[in-house]
This record gives sequence, C-alpha cells and structure tokens, in this order.
Amino acid sequence: MHIFANPTRFLALAKWLMPLLFWSGLLLSLGAVIWGLFIVPPDRLMGETVRILFIHVPAAWLGMGGWAGIAISSAMLLIWKHPLAALSARAIAVPGMVFCAICLATGSIWGRPTWGTWWEWDGRLTSMLVLLFLYAGYIALTQAASHEGGSSKIAAIFGLVGAVNVPIINRSVVWWNSLHQPPSITMGKSAIDAAYLWPLLVAVLGFSLLFGAIVLMRMRTLIAESQVEARLRRRALDDDAPLAANPMTERA
Amino acid sequence: MREKLAQWDFVMLAYGVGLVTLAALTIWAWRAMRRAESRRDATRRR
Repeated sequence: MHIFANPTRFLALAKWLMPLLFWSGLLLSLGAVIWGLFIVPPDRLMGETVRILFIHVPAAWLGMGGWAGIAISSAMLLIWKHPLAALSARAIAVPGMVFCAICLATGSIWGRPTWGTWWEWDGRLTSMLVLLFLYAGYIALTQAASHEGGSSKIAAIFGLVGAVNVPIINRSVVWWNSLHQPPSITMGKSAIDAAYLWPLLVAVLGFSLLFGAIVLMRMRTLIAESQVEARLRRRALDDDAPLAANPMTERA
Repeated sequence: MREKLAQWDFVMLAYGVGLVTLAALTIWAWRAMRRAESRRDATRRR
C-alpha cells in the first residue's frame, strides 16, 4: 500500500484506472438497469415493484461499503500515517452519502406500494438514516479541518467510531421486528431466484465500479487542490523572504 | 376500501431519482476534477 504513498505514482495509476472503472461500470449498470426494468418477470407478491431492487440494493451496499472504506482509510491514517489515507476517506464521503441518500429515497418509494407507508421508524430504516447523518457530520468535520487547518485525526477517529453503525444496519432486521425483509443473501446462500439474482449481481458490480471511478475523480481533485495550495504558500514565502532579509524595506 | 396504486409509477420514480442523482454526482465530480487540475497546471506555468 505504501507504494502509492507517492502522489505522482498514485496519479499515474488513477489516470488509466479511472476511465476503465467508469466505462465498464457505466456499461454494466446500464445493462443491469435495462435487464431489471424490461427483462425480469414481475414478482408473485411484489409485482412490478420488485424492479426497484436493482437500484435500491446496490445503493444500500455502496452506502454501507463507503463507510467501511472511510473506516479502513481512517485506520490506515491513524496507524501507519499513510499520506493518501486522509484523502481517500474524504474522497469516499460525498459519493458514499449520495448512495446512502439514494438507498433511503428508493426504499421509501418501494415502501409505499408494498408496505403501505413511505417511512417506518424501525431498526433498518432508522440506522440507515443515522448513517446519512454520520456522513454529513464527517463531511463537515473534514471541511472544517481543511479550511481551519485543523487535524484530520479527529475526522479519522469519527470515521472509526461511526463504523459501529455498519454491522447494526446489517443485523437490524434480525435483531428487531421490522417491515423490512430479513437478509436474502447470506454467506454462500441466497433466497432470491436466479432470475433476479443475476441482474442484481451485475447491478452491484456495475454501480461499485462507478463508485470507484467517482472516488478516484474526488481523489484527483483533492490532490490537485492540495498541490495548488502548497505551491501558493511556497510562493508567498518566497515573496516575503527578501522583505524579511532587508530590515530597511521592512521599516519602509 | 383498498387503494389501487400504479406500480410502474413507483418503479419509474425510484429509477428517476436514483439515476438523475447519480448522473449529477458524476458530472459534479468530473467538473470539479477538471477545474482543480487546470488550476494546478495554471499555477505550475506561472
């Protein structure tokens, strides 16, 4: 991992990896959306609304996976002080929050025709909403740290502590009574028919690749911004140097 | 009385919300990257 501690080496990798992830992700996601919307049959119980599965589940997976990524990057920052760890955590935050919001919105839209309600304060929905707030808090903390020159360690600790919510979201439908269905896919087992499972797996893969491409775009943005800032600071110091060296000009 | 809901309306709404939001996120991330990198290149040249 420390091979990529050098931003130049990382940027060289990101330059060819980002378009590869983006175009393959776009192709797979669009394919899965078309498959899910027009090819799979309606479900016996849920009818046509089962098609929401192919956008809701990848969004939920990436909303939770995003925070897992923030927690891993935060651990790398705190333990190994990896130079790109803070950047990667910041880069994940916005796309992670957007996917979390898509999960909540599509779940709510799915809930209305299937449960008869847009929202229910049960374990799964509430813990997912808490994740959205955690993302908002994390983004606010990292913005404050970058603008005020504060430490990114506080955000890293927040990222690690917030990871407690991820297994809570995952187990919430087992621990508490919920309108939400119990887990359909567990280790090596699936309760989903193959007609729905395959397009779902393609959708999860496609949206994950897109997520990776967006995270790389964000990382390139943050690296470029920090390089501009470093260069301007160095230039300001160079401009001040002759003034400091000559006390006469300083007095004038 | 049980209300009758048009299921396809909800499907289209869910996909509309999801895909439009994702497209907006991608465009925003791409434009921010291009802007930051061209600013970096401009400061390098100066």
